[in-house]
Amino acid sequence: MTPEITSPALARQTQAPSGRAAVELPDIVPPVKVRHGLAGFAYRHPTMAVGGGMLLLLVAMALLAPFLGTGDPSAIAPAKRNRPPSAENWFGTDAYGKDIYTRVIYGARISLIVGFAVAILSSAIGLGIGLVSGFIRWADGLIMRVMDGLMSIPPILLAVALMALTRASVENVVLAITIAEIPRVSRLVRGVVLSLREQPYVDAAIACGTSTPRIILRHILPNTIAPLTVQATYICASAMITEAILSFIGAGVPPTIAPSWGNIMADGRTLWQVKPYIIFFPAVFLSLTVLAVNLLGDGLRDAVDPRMAKRL
Amino acid sequence: MLAYIVRRILATIPVMAIVALFVFSLLYIAPGDPAAVIAGDQASQADIEKIRTNLGLDRPFLVRFGEWSFRLVQGDLGTSMFTGLPVTELIRQRLEPTLSLMVLTLFLAILFAVPMGVIAAAKAGSWIDRLLMAFAVAGFSVPVFVVGYLLAYVFALQLEWLPVQGYTPIARGFWPWLENLILPAIALGFIYIALIARITRATMLEVLSQDYVRTARAKGLGQGSILFLHALKNAAVPIVTVIGIGVALLIGGAVVTESVFAIPGLGRLTIDAIVRRDYPVIQGIVLMFSFIYVLVNLAVDLIYTALDPRIQY
Repeated sequence: MTPEITSPALARQTQAPSGRAAVELPDIVPPVKVRHGLAGFAYRHPTMAVGGGMLLLLVAMALLAPFLGTGDPSAIAPAKRNRPPSAENWFGTDAYGKDIYTRVIYGARISLIVGFAVAILSSAIGLGIGLVSGFIRWADGLIMRVMDGLMSIPPILLAVALMALTRASVENVVLAITIAEIPRVSRLVRGVVLSLREQPYVDAAIACGTSTPRIILRHILPNTIAPLTVQATYICASAMITEAILSFIGAGVPPTIAPSWGNIMADGRTLWQVKPYIIFFPAVFLSLTVLAVNLLGDGLRDAVDPRMAKRL
Repeated sequence: MLAYIVRRILATIPVMAIVALFVFSLLYIAPGDPAAVIAGDQASQADIEKIRTNLGLDRPFLVRFGEWSFRLVQGDLGTSMFTGLPVTELIRQRLEPTLSLMVLTLFLAILFAVPMGVIAAAKAGSWIDRLLMAFAVAGFSVPVFVVGYLLAYVFALQLEWLPVQGYTPIARGFWPWLENLILPAIALGFIYIALIARITRATMLEVLSQDYVRTARAKGLGQGSILFLHALKNAAVPIVTVIGIGVALLIGGAVVTESVFAIPGLGRLTIDAIVRRDYPVIQGIVLMFSFIYVLVNLAVDLIYTALDPRIQY
C-alpha cells in the first residue's frame, strides 16, 4: 500500500529518487489571493475600514455642513416652534423654531473638533511627561504621585470644576477635558518606556556613549507611537462623550456659541416626553460618531498587537 | 498582614493631599479671572471684588491654602455662595439618592457583567461570544444619557411598566425605591457592564489556557465548577481592579443620569451649582467624590490580599 501523499512538497520528494512520474495530485492548499489597495485593506482590517469609513463620512458632513440643505443654525422662527419632522424640517424644530436638522449637521463640527483636539493635545503632553518620568529616575516618583492624585479626580467632575471657573468656549472645553486625560496617557507612555529601557539595544546604545536625549528620541520614542496612537483614538471617543455630557448639563459649549449635540439635547430636555425627536437625532449622530472612532481604535489595536486581537 | 493594611491606609493620605492641593489650585490654574467669570457679565466691579474676597483670591496662595486645608481636615468644605449654607450640609441632604443609585448600579453591573464575561470566554468565537462583545462595543459608544432616554421612553412612556422620573427614599419601602431606580441604574450601568464583561472575558481566556485548568478537566470536574470556582478565582484580581477604576465612570455618569431621571441627588446639586456659578459647592462635590474614589481603590487593594495570597505585603 502506498502512503497517501498530502502535500505538493512531499509529492516532489517522492518523485525524485524513483524517477517515475508522480501521480497528478490536487493542490490541497488553496492559492493565496493577494488583495491590493483599498479593497485589500478593508479585507484585512474590516473594523478599521468600517470605523474609518464612517468617520470620513462624518468629517465630510461637518466640513460640507453649509451645502447639505441646511439653513442658518441659529435662525429663530417663532411661528414654527416644536414642529415634528416634516418635508420642510427633516428632524423637526425646537422650542425656538430652530431647525434641528441644520443644528445636528453643524453640531458634528464641535464634537469632531473637541475629539481630535483633545486626542492630539493630551497625547502630545502625556507623551512628554511619560518620557521624562520613565527615563529620569529622580523625577519619576514626584511626577507619578501627582498623576495618581490627578487620576483620583473623576474626569467629568474635574472638567466641570474647570469649566465653572472659565468662560464657556470651545477652547476652554478642550483645555478642561485635556487636563483630565493627561494622567492616563502619561502612565501608559511611562509603562512602555520602563519596559523598553531594559531592552538590550538600549543597553547597547548606552554602552556606545549615546546621549540620553538621543536615546529617548531615536530609540524609545518610535516604539511608543503605536500604543499611543491606539490610546489617542480611545481618548478621542471619550472626549466626544465628555463634551456632550458637559454641554448637556450646562457646563460645556453654550448654544449661543455653536450648536453641539450635547446642547441640542439639553434644549430638548424639558420637552422630551412629548417631543422625543429633539433628543433622538443628536443622540443617534453622537452614538454613531463615537462608535466609528471606537471601531477605528479596536481595528488599530488589533493591527498593532495581533496577539491581543485574539483575546479582546 | 496587619502592617500591610496600615501601610496601605497611610499611603492614601499623600494621594488625598495631592487631590486637595490640585482641586484648590484650580482657582489659580484656570485661565482668566475666576472672580469675574463667577460674577457673570452684568456684575459691577464691587461685586467682583466681593467674590474675590469671598474666594480668598486677594490673599497669598499659601496662607489661603493653609487655612482652607485646616478647615478641610475638620470636615468643613466651606459655604455656598448662593444659599449661604455650609457645603457639607447641602451634600448631606442630597447624598442618599446618589449613593442609592451608585450602589444599585454597582450591584447590578457585577451581577450581570461577570457571568457575561465568563460565558463569552467559555464559548469564545461562538455567536454568543460575538453578541456579547458587540454589546460591549456598543456600551462604550452610546453615552449614558442616550441609554437613559431610550430606556425611559420604551419602559416608562410606551410600556408604562415603571415610573418615568423621580425618587422615593428607601425609608418609604424597598419596592417603591427600587421601582424608581431600576431604569437609571441600568442606564448608568451600561458602560460599566461593557467594561467589566470585556476584562472578565480577556482574563478568563488567559486563565482557561493554564495547565491547572486542563488538570481540572482531566480529573473530571464539571464545566461550571471549573469556570466559576477554579478559573474565576484566579482571574479575579484584574476584574476587581477594573471594577474599582470604573467607579470613576459611575461618578461622572451619575450626574447626567440624575438629570435625565429627575433624581434629586448630588448630580442635581452639581447642575444647580453650575447654573448659579456656586464654586464652593462644585469644589466640595469634586473633593468628596475624589475621596470616595480613593477609598474605593484602597478597598480594592485590600481585597487583593484576600483573593490572592501570593501578593506580597
